[in-house]
Amino acid sequence: MKCSEFLHELTDYLDGVIDAPTKAELEEHLSWCHNCYVVCDTTKKTIEIYRDSKLYELPEDLESKLRSAIATRCKSHKKSGPEKTAG
Amino acid sequence: MGAIQPKVSEPVSDELMLVQRAKAGDVEAFEELVRRYDRNVFRIAQHITQNREDAEDVVQDAFLKAYNNLAQFQGQSKFYTWLVRIAVNEALMKLRRRRPERTVSLDEEVKTEDDSVPREVADWSPNPEQQYTQAELRDILDRTIHGLPATFRTVFVLRDVEGLSTEETAEALDLSVPAVKSRLLRARLQLRERLNKYFQRRDRSNGLQSKPSGGDGTR
Repeated sequence: MKCSEFLHELTDYLDGVIDAPTKAELEEHLSWCHNCYVVCDTTKKTIEIYRDSKLYELPEDLESKLRSAIATRCKSHKKSGPEKTAG
Repeated sequence: MGAIQPKVSEPVSDELMLVQRAKAGDVEAFEELVRRYDRNVFRIAQHITQNREDAEDVVQDAFLKAYNNLAQFQGQSKFYTWLVRIAVNEALMKLRRRRPERTVSLDEEVKTEDDSVPREVADWSPNPEQQYTQAELRDILDRTIHGLPATFRTVFVLRDVEGLSTEETAEALDLSVPAVKSRLLRARLQLRERLNKYFQRRDRSNGLQSKPSGGDGTR
């Protein structure tokens, strides 16, 4: 397996949605290719760091403000005549 | 090296009932749906627009649009996926208005095949995020993802931050599954490359990268 072929499968490998023979081939490649090992390891860390980062958390005061604005707008829409739904 | 563990979704068993009640005009049922998903919609909106005020507007507009169009929701997909689709479109509209000089489209062609090939391969320090304070780390991550094209940021945030499946992401963005996978790979690799300068392991004496120690023993 070439490095470019490894990269092509990287997303499925990291997501754990890959068949067993391909997984074995990828891991064989990882066992000797230092560059691909590092790319794979640091890409995994990238995802984990973003996932755990709490970037752009909604502050509580802003959340209450938004919830109340949405409720007001929905109620006002309802008064002005909601679109009747067939369910 | 194992696969990434996905986020566990909250149970949605009663969700369809809430949607039915909201369709029948029960605003309180809709408010419960807002409580469940407003934080997710805000995060997605800010990732796309890169602007907090725009993200606030997107949250309001997306929920109002969802409320007004509940009749269109037929229940074939999860309510959340349907809501995300509305929110992404609202966020992209904001972005287009803010940057009219640049066309912003999710299905735009993504350059060459080579743009995601790693140029720099350097191992990172163990637990690299711990070298920084929470505030510093957030600033680094914010600036790093800011530089990515909107199409890549959007796929990355839905798949990797919000934990939607590839199929749900494709549905929410009206893209094919291969298109989602291709954008996701490029987004992940570009972020990794951009984070190198902050997280790279350096030799203490001369600043050169050192050999990794073998990490988790899977090599």
